[in-house]
Amino acid sequence: MRNRSLVGLSTALTGAALAVAAILPAPAGAADFGGKTIEFVVPFPTAGGSDVWARFFAPFLTEALPGKPTVVVKNVPGGGSITGTNQFVQRAKPDGLSILGTSGSTQLPYLLDDPRVRYELKDLIPVLVSPTGGVVYVNPELGAKDARDIPKLRGKKMKYGSQGPTSLDLVPVLAFEIMGLDVDPVFGLARGPARVAYERGESLIDYQTSSAYLRNVVPLIKIGKAVPLFSWGVLNDKGEFTRDPTFPDLPHFAEAYEMAYGKKPSGTAYEAYKAFVVAGFAAQKPIFLPKGTPQDVVDTYVQSLAKVVKTPSFKEKAGDELGEYEQAVGPAAREAMRVALTIDPQAKAWVKDWLTRRFNVKFEAK
Amino acid sequence: MLDVVGAALANVLSGTHVLYMLLGVAVGLIVGILPGLGGIAGMSILLPFVYGMDTVSALALLIGLLAVVPTGDTFASILMGIPGSAASQATILDGFPMAKRGEAARALSAAFFSSMLGGLFGALVLTAFIVVARPIILAFSSAELFMLTVLGLGMVGVLSGSSLTKGLLSCALGLLLGMVGAAPATGEWRLVSGVEYLVDGLPLVVVALGLFAIPEIIDLLRRHGAIARVATLGSGWLRGIRDTLREWAVVLRCSGIGCLIGAMPGLGGSVADWMAYGHTVQLAKDKSQFGRGDVRGVLAPESANNAVAGGALVPTLLFGIPGSGSTAIFLGGMVLLGIQPGITLIETRLDLVYTIIWTLAIANVIGAGLCVAVSPAVARITTLPYAYVAPFMLMIIFFAAYQATTHWGDILALLAIGVLGLYMRRFGWPRPPLIVGFVLAPGAENYLYQAIQFHGWAWVLRPGVLIIAAITIASMWAGARYGRNTVDEGGESGRVRDKRPQLAFALVMVALFAYAVFDLLRWTFLAKTFPLAVAAASVAGALFVAGVIWRGPRSSAMVFDTEAAAADGASPLGRYFLWLAALLTASGLVGFVIGLTLFFAAFLHVEARAPLGRNALLTVSAVAFLAAMSHIFVLDFPRGVLQGLVEMPWPFR
Repeated sequence: MRNRSLVGLSTALTGAALAVAAILPAPAGAADFGGKTIEFVVPFPTAGGSDVWARFFAPFLTEALPGKPTVVVKNVPGGGSITGTNQFVQRAKPDGLSILGTSGSTQLPYLLDDPRVRYELKDLIPVLVSPTGGVVYVNPELGAKDARDIPKLRGKKMKYGSQGPTSLDLVPVLAFEIMGLDVDPVFGLARGPARVAYERGESLIDYQTSSAYLRNVVPLIKIGKAVPLFSWGVLNDKGEFTRDPTFPDLPHFAEAYEMAYGKKPSGTAYEAYKAFVVAGFAAQKPIFLPKGTPQDVVDTYVQSLAKVVKTPSFKEKAGDELGEYEQAVGPAAREAMRVALTIDPQAKAWVKDWLTRRFNVKFEAK
Repeated sequence: MLDVVGAALANVLSGTHVLYMLLGVAVGLIVGILPGLGGIAGMSILLPFVYGMDTVSALALLIGLLAVVPTGDTFASILMGIPGSAASQATILDGFPMAKRGEAARALSAAFFSSMLGGLFGALVLTAFIVVARPIILAFSSAELFMLTVLGLGMVGVLSGSSLTKGLLSCALGLLLGMVGAAPATGEWRLVSGVEYLVDGLPLVVVALGLFAIPEIIDLLRRHGAIARVATLGSGWLRGIRDTLREWAVVLRCSGIGCLIGAMPGLGGSVADWMAYGHTVQLAKDKSQFGRGDVRGVLAPESANNAVAGGALVPTLLFGIPGSGSTAIFLGGMVLLGIQPGITLIETRLDLVYTIIWTLAIANVIGAGLCVAVSPAVARITTLPYAYVAPFMLMIIFFAAYQATTHWGDILALLAIGVLGLYMRRFGWPRPPLIVGFVLAPGAENYLYQAIQFHGWAWVLRPGVLIIAAITIASMWAGARYGRNTVDEGGESGRVRDKRPQLAFALVMVALFAYAVFDLLRWTFLAKTFPLAVAAASVAGALFVAGVIWRGPRSSAMVFDTEAAAADGASPLGRYFLWLAALLTASGLVGFVIGLTLFFAAFLHVEARAPLGRNALLTVSAVAFLAAMSHIFVLDFPRGVLQGLVEMPWPFR
């Protein structure tokens, strides 16, 4: 009697559990997007670097996600990506149908406590991070042949075209300062126009991110109109800088410093530089899911993206579009973003103070 | 090289490539015809489809669009006095008066024919110069580019109508509006007054639509009729072509100007039509008909704006930096296709370059032909009672403005600028100088700052700077030489009895400039110097104008009020402000789609006295059109309070 009722009860429970399981979303890795449309929000205008990056990923995502959902890129430009990111954090539902693609330009104002920032990047869930790099090059007439000749550049006044003091371009200015170079930034020039100003001979030192460098500066080097000095380098698993795989022949910044001065760079300025170069380049373009996205949806994205970056056609095309960088997926993406968003308060205070001292930038209290 | 050119032609004309080009042309004409949407919107629409297409087809699609937007946008400018896109603003000045007096056909055919010639000229320039243009473009340093903006500002003289003082002040206001937002050098938020929307600056499309479209729509509504006073298009098709051929020198010079402006990175192709127009007025012996329907005033901007594309592609292909807004998006498309613009492209993929050039040329011819073909149908709009046309126009304009940054600020700014434009029109403050100032402001300030930073004050002695300075002075002298020019809008001022309204407006101007001075004073040297100089001088100028209006003789050119003469049964302005406010309030509460539906039904009922059935049909089709646009192109509508509270089904989201 007792046994029978137990059997009956357990049968009933099992049945109920099965019924519940059928209604509830399936566990880990089985989220399905069949017939759905996923909005890939890009807080930058159409045709910019981040937009092209997102549009590059979109068809691969469609292919890899279960149910082959349509992925549309939606541009919400404004405020150097602050507007669109604010809007995403405020509006996006954690159902896997809204994803966000940001860039170093989104992370910088966050790190510098820009009062317009109303997003907490640490709350978002990174599922992929695309790193990029950059190369600094100078006018050959200055007499430098490679990084060893950097001391020769000391004391020479050099102009440098920059977007603005608190933009991503602050990283190079910081690097030049640590290198002991006398570089005077001219503000208001985006990377493209800054390169053309260099070609006109108006500026003597410049940097470009990897793809633009390969496209537009390498031809200049071939005809003797530019000399590359160093790359930003990439972080290895231990958090140390190593040579950029896209430019294996070029020293990275710390290495170049050692070639020039015979010792490793150190001090608060260098610590600050490291923090910002990671946020600006090593972890430049993350794909985020909204805060509170269920674990199974996150897992689905991580598994799909892991599949994407292994696809032969992705690897083949990625070389041109994204450079020879390892795309960080899942835990690696999370770690990269953690490093990028963690900044030593002392280093942050130093950078703010330096920006105020050198460029008269005023920071409002948040 | 010739074999490459021939092979590229064969490639463009083969198989599916032609079809893609035709598709591009079709989309280009549609976004061109719809007021406020232009090359940038069209390019953004097509870009998502480009990924994964074969290279030649994709290029044909994008260039097909790029080529014909400035052909199609002429319709709205000539037939409705509304800029069809930023490229055809100057066409309004003479094209619209021609349409009003029944010469729409002549104006349109002159416009399309000269557009085609300008486009072909651009393609020719691109062909010849792409191989050798590099050193020429590099010769224009920041200093020379600054001087080119000065040359552009020099056009204000002939665009000022009867009062140069008012024209200069209008230009100054444009410059200041153009400098609203984060300062290029320091990132400080100038003239923003805590409004976050303004940090990125005002979008050109919002300013252009506000300044020209809103006042025109309200003015036409007040007159209770159709646009054309004469109910026919006229039979001037051949006459327009003859005009073009007779004025070949104007077409040629203006095509050249279009190419040059397009080729200068950062100058903004959207000022080319004004530069060409101003230049033509300056050189004309008989200036009396400009602004009243001189066909040269149509030929000049139309040949220039189609030539821009050819010029703008030079730096795009050579340096990978865009020469205009739409080429910026084209550039993104190229990168998506895996084409890397730059020296290597010219050296290794000349075939692609000539594919682009051929497409540009052929699309220009096809675009002009299609425009002629659809003209009779489109032109019928001018004979409809305007109360039926207006709600459609308002719908498209609001929707287009909102696409600028998809922020409610776009709509509010559109209205604010619209009210400003309305009163500027009424009190004889010329609007073209404002647009010229607005478009040139970022370039002027940025390049001046860069010239000083890069070259020190020695920049003024650079040979290129001296040459452009000489051209500027010569052209201003030519403009002044044959007497005061009369590019006037709004007609005769009539005897002004009550001077108080215009005095009040002049004082509003004083207040605006004074506020700018007040705001600018607290910023750092680099952020404030340029705008502060403009604003401070303008306070004095505006005070002077106010003084003349108050004390001066009634015959002064500065005393002007169209309302003084307009007693012919026009409805009061306030009525239409209320309609705009109603549309705005409704959209703010229940979102754009529902708000617009209510507005449409109410407007057609009250203003057009439309029968219920027709009213319902028009309202439903308008909203369906809008929904289809939004669906196909993944565009958003302004959201209202309602959308924030409850989840609404599409398209009411």
